[in-house]
Amino acid sequence: MRADVVVVGAGPAGLAAAAELAEGGARVVVLDAGQRPGGQFWRHRPEGIEADRDLHHGINEFSTLQRRLRDQEARGALTYLPGHQVWNMTASHDHCVIRALRAGRPADVAALEVRARYVLLATGAYDRQIPFPGWELPGVVTAGGAQALLKQDGIALGPRVVVAGTGPFLLPVAVGLARRGADVVATLEANHPARWLTHPRALAEQPGKLVELMEYAAALARHRIPVRNRTVVVEAHGAGRLEAVSVARLDRHGRVSATRRRIETDVLAVGYGFSTQTELAVSAGCAVTTGSEGTVRVTVGDDQRTTVDRVFAAGEITGVGGARLAQVEGLLAAAAILAALSDQPVPHSAALRRIRRERARLGRFADALHQVYPVPDAWPSLLRADTIVCRCEEVDLAGIQHALTRGARDGRSMKMLSRAGMGLCQGRTCAFATATLTSRSTDERLDLASSVRRSIATPVPLGLVASHPQADGSPTDGTTTFDPPQRTGRDT
Amino acid sequence: MSTFEFDGNEVPFREGQTVAGALIAAGRRTWRTTPRGGRSRGVFCGIGVCFDCLIEADGVSNQRACLLVATESLVVRTQAGVGRP
Repeated sequence: MRADVVVVGAGPAGLAAAAELAEGGARVVVLDAGQRPGGQFWRHRPEGIEADRDLHHGINEFSTLQRRLRDQEARGALTYLPGHQVWNMTASHDHCVIRALRAGRPADVAALEVRARYVLLATGAYDRQIPFPGWELPGVVTAGGAQALLKQDGIALGPRVVVAGTGPFLLPVAVGLARRGADVVATLEANHPARWLTHPRALAEQPGKLVELMEYAAALARHRIPVRNRTVVVEAHGAGRLEAVSVARLDRHGRVSATRRRIETDVLAVGYGFSTQTELAVSAGCAVTTGSEGTVRVTVGDDQRTTVDRVFAAGEITGVGGARLAQVEGLLAAAAILAALSDQPVPHSAALRRIRRERARLGRFADALHQVYPVPDAWPSLLRADTIVCRCEEVDLAGIQHALTRGARDGRSMKMLSRAGMGLCQGRTCAFATATLTSRSTDERLDLASSVRRSIATPVPLGLVASHPQADGSPTDGTTTFDPPQRTGRDT
Repeated sequence: MSTFEFDGNEVPFREGQTVAGALIAAGRRTWRTTPRGGRSRGVFCGIGVCFDCLIEADGVSNQRACLLVATESLVVRTQAGVGRP
């Protein structure tokens, strides 16, 4: 398959860009892992997003984007391929090759290769986790997972739920679960929203966000859901499944209080901000940095261009900032790609200047948000020797510490010596924790980038990798190193 | 209502529901045990990132129940450890 532009991801960034690109005359292929457009933010049931109006924000924006997508599809300018997981890409001086798998029942899985002049990566983010005793118990889920089940499957986990972690995202999760009948017994925020007062400019520039927060506060009050600030889950209890959580306050210095309170619950929905999905960008050779908020950010210039020719990035992978910032970045990327396709410089239009100003404003708000809702520093003090850190390989804290005594210094040596991050999720879940524990022990800077260096972004049946023809008939690019076969082979 | 087969039993599902969603709706919380500790696992991330919800589908191990859309004639089974080869 060939295209002018491949857009990877159909969330807010990818959708905004894809519509703009196709309307601007480009032939566009959109590859998305989801079953329907919208990404995690606008995930919805087959009946349509209207069926769950009360679970969504920006529904009109989504409906407009979806209509534009369908219009361009009908016109033949855009091919939208849901259920496709991109597992590898390469970029050369004159084209890019994107390799995807159509997911589904094992017999339906098929390989797809698209050759394009430009690629826009809009692969998004997922909940960041920190380990604590008992977090591997069934009944402990990510906040985003609880919301995904609600939005896609129409299921409110419960009956009793505790929502915990940090960040304003916890509020729609708690409210959504309550609206669908769950008994949300508490919402625990590790930080204190009063910290917003130290960021008056960011707040003043986004009055809508404050209104949104107050709406959620009112909804929580209506459902009689107590919100406890500066409070964290220190342990999950249960025999074979979650039965209760122990919670404790954090003092002004971030230390965990010795006083514990037990809350009986069936479900814990937990998330400490977001981790970005940057594997594809890294496999393409794009430069990344570890932001001070503890996420990997794809480095982009003013027009969302990465450090690799022909590869652009927009949305959460360039820095977590929410759905509106993602759309704005998607628009700027689209403008730059359209200009490049016609060998023209990016136009100096008033509209683009306005969008750039909005990006700057939303960026300032995102920076403030990261400062108001950091991962609590004290989390490693909650771990015991037998607390699981890597869920896939079942590596506990003792295993991590053993690797440190054997000389693990960075992400790579830690992975080799402890096996943490070597399982099927390839460290997506534990990388933040493992890297933080490593950097604290070695006094080196937090290095998350090495954890996303893998050439296969999702496990691929070995037969499909082996039989995969290169688009240009050439052997695989030299920078690509496949994981050992037995790791990917487990998926066959 | 349509159904798929799970460990020999019929599990109902709504159109568009994932295998994970349908199993949870049917009251199941776990459908695999881990290779080392033999611990029960079910849904954790719910969006295909964490690989905790692995299940055997149509005879193939290590399928993510949270991504697999339920269909008639689908046969899924609990998975023990790394699953059957």
